[in-house]
Amino acid sequence: MDTVLLSRIQFASTTIFHYFFVPVSIGLALIIAIMETMYVRKGNEEYKRMAQFWGKLFLINFAVGVVTGILQEFQFGMNWSDYSRFVGDVFGAPLAIEALLAFFLESTFIGIWIFGWDKVSKRIHLLSIWLVAFGTMLSAFWILAANSFMQHPVGFQINNGRAEMNDIFALITNGQLLVEFPHTVLAAYATGAFLVTGISAYKLLKKQDVAFFRKSFEIAAIVGVISSFGVAVAGHAQAQYLVETQPMKMAASEALWGESGDPAPWTVFANIDVKNQTNSNEVQVPYLLSFLSYSKFSGDVKGMLELQKEYEVAYGPGDYIPPVKTTFWSFRIMVAAGTLMMLFGVYAIYLMWRKKMDRPNTWFMRFMFWGLLLPPIANTAGWIMTEIGRQPWTVFGLMTTEDSVSPNITSGQVLFSVITFNAIYAILGAVLVGLFVKVIKKGPYAMDNEHGESHDPYNKEG
Amino acid sequence: MSLNELWFLLIAVLFVGFFFLEGFDFGVGMETQILAKNDTERRILINSIGPFWDANEVWLITGAGAMFAAFPHWYATLFSGFYIPFVVALLALIARGVAFEFRGKRDSKTWQKTWDVCIFFGSFLPPFLLAVVFASFIKGLPIDKDMQMYAGFFDIVNTYTVVAGITVVLLCLVHGLMFTTLRTLGDLQERARKLAQKLLIPLAALLVAFVVMTYTMTDIFDKRGTLLWIVVVLGVAAYLLAGYFMTKKKDGYAFGMTGAVMALSVASIFIGLFPRVMISSLDQAFNLTITNAASGQYSLKVMTIVALTLLPFVLGYQIWSYFIFHKRVHEKEHLEY
Repeated sequence: MDTVLLSRIQFASTTIFHYFFVPVSIGLALIIAIMETMYVRKGNEEYKRMAQFWGKLFLINFAVGVVTGILQEFQFGMNWSDYSRFVGDVFGAPLAIEALLAFFLESTFIGIWIFGWDKVSKRIHLLSIWLVAFGTMLSAFWILAANSFMQHPVGFQINNGRAEMNDIFALITNGQLLVEFPHTVLAAYATGAFLVTGISAYKLLKKQDVAFFRKSFEIAAIVGVISSFGVAVAGHAQAQYLVETQPMKMAASEALWGESGDPAPWTVFANIDVKNQTNSNEVQVPYLLSFLSYSKFSGDVKGMLELQKEYEVAYGPGDYIPPVKTTFWSFRIMVAAGTLMMLFGVYAIYLMWRKKMDRPNTWFMRFMFWGLLLPPIANTAGWIMTEIGRQPWTVFGLMTTEDSVSPNITSGQVLFSVITFNAIYAILGAVLVGLFVKVIKKGPYAMDNEHGESHDPYNKEG
Repeated sequence: MSLNELWFLLIAVLFVGFFFLEGFDFGVGMETQILAKNDTERRILINSIGPFWDANEVWLITGAGAMFAAFPHWYATLFSGFYIPFVVALLALIARGVAFEFRGKRDSKTWQKTWDVCIFFGSFLPPFLLAVVFASFIKGLPIDKDMQMYAGFFDIVNTYTVVAGITVVLLCLVHGLMFTTLRTLGDLQERARKLAQKLLIPLAALLVAFVVMTYTMTDIFDKRGTLLWIVVVLGVAAYLLAGYFMTKKKDGYAFGMTGAVMALSVASIFIGLFPRVMISSLDQAFNLTITNAASGQYSLKVMTIVALTLLPFVLGYQIWSYFIFHKRVHEKEHLEY
């Protein structure tokens, strides 16, 4: 296998793994900050316990997110050095700012939050978790500013064969960023929220610590329903931006080979034949693609074959059609998961509003439990669509993936790193799930004497 | 001072800060196997660096980020050229980071021992490998006219770089031991101080060997002789003072001095490099410098404004967090890890 393919496998696998944890951290930080705010305002110890219980899960998750993030920064230089040379001027800046502005803030105040329960005042402690929550959001902003540049490069000029920044404000007001940031951050809030409602639903089904988990469920359900609707609205804006700036990705995500016709229908299902560049057995909803693309029920959308010709004129000969099936299905998986999240959220709010939360339907709580998997599925599918749909480009219209790879690394080296990173990540994933289950089983009231348990005076080491 | 020079200086400061700060928590990580007699002592040691190690590591992340933004060619040549050392260092840092959080979460001896091994190797391998990388910087590496580095095993691993690696690891350990004297009590504190004193002679031998080898095997004393000799003299003075303060049980001053030795050692590498950022062993013309490896002036200007605005805040709240957790850790209080 060549270094390009192996490096892509490494980047994809390590990024997807890293991104299981990032949204949970962003979402849980907000929810814990809300819980602790209620504790400080109302003085009710139950809210403090909530912040501490969910905080335990947050910290386990945060640790994995942080350590897998270091590789994210390093592998641009390790595996994609020619990319780093070409765009470092523009792409490196948001990464450096992210570290300076967000990582220092998060890491310092997470330390104060973990170890400061009886060392700093209540207000300082509360401020710490809000600063952590704010830091995770800032971090998302700058990393998405960098990603948006890859999707829609702005604020630069080509000098001596390198992309050089000439307008930082263009970079942070990139239209792509303005739609991608709310979509991603709201999805992260929904991820944290559905994790809390899912675990709470499980405990409510088991009838353990009912009052504690009902309250947790309610707080998270409100966050969840607001953010999942927000995700949909932002996603709609993002789709329209896509039609303007990356029409090929849009066409691929619709498996649209030829012209859509006006008004354009949205394809729910299709049997895609990539070789013959045609689809069969299509199930379509009329008007919907026009609405998705332009917010009105008319207008046609360009197909891949026409765009291929246009791209050849603009960028020279080559294959500009991304992997169609992957793009098409990841989009549908994301939308389906997102729709279910909205439905679940609305029904949960309905139960709360009708004060039926003390005896919720068993079937619904089972759905809510499994619903904690919906956001990670949607997040992963969303990123696969975004990144695979951009192929063959790393920076749209400027640099291809082929040209981005480090010329001085061997396939043996990359194979070694792919295997070791994936092995250690698999272990980390298993350990994390195991620890989550353990903390959840123990429940919020078992924490007080937790560390005392490991202290055995008759042990020879004790 | 040009912006290129300023960013070279900032990156140097970030790496000096990284080795000074994470240096002691690497040291404490190694102590968990060398100094701690039982699980309680191990937990006291881990908790003593608990609030800090994550923020300390951000100095490395920011240093690499600053390289990426200010000198993309330096970042690209370095990280692709040292591919395998960085894979190993990353695996070690990943294992160490989660080990702190994971080890106390289950009451099983095997479980804790497994993560203890990760903490030890995770604290030992990264400073060793980073020192090897930095030492081979000034020795010169096979970098061609396209700024691509094709290094063989012995370009990276040789007597000089291994001596540098062992020296830095031992320096981290002594620095960490002095940190332990500041955050623990009683027997543990006493043993930390004693071990640090015991290590002073072998560490001095290594440092001297490193300076002699640097003098004979690299060109940096030709390029920056006066300044480097000043650094060496300051380093010797700091080292002697560290020993003096240890015997007088002035732990705070001794910690400052071991940190100063660390800071001066790292600084000397950057002083020797300047204005180069990577030295080609093939041809001087292929050197990467603060000019030919740099970003454009606009980018540097933007980054300068951002960095100078943010750094005072970052330093402020980091110092504040050390102030919050200045009390000593002991077994009677709540141990988080």
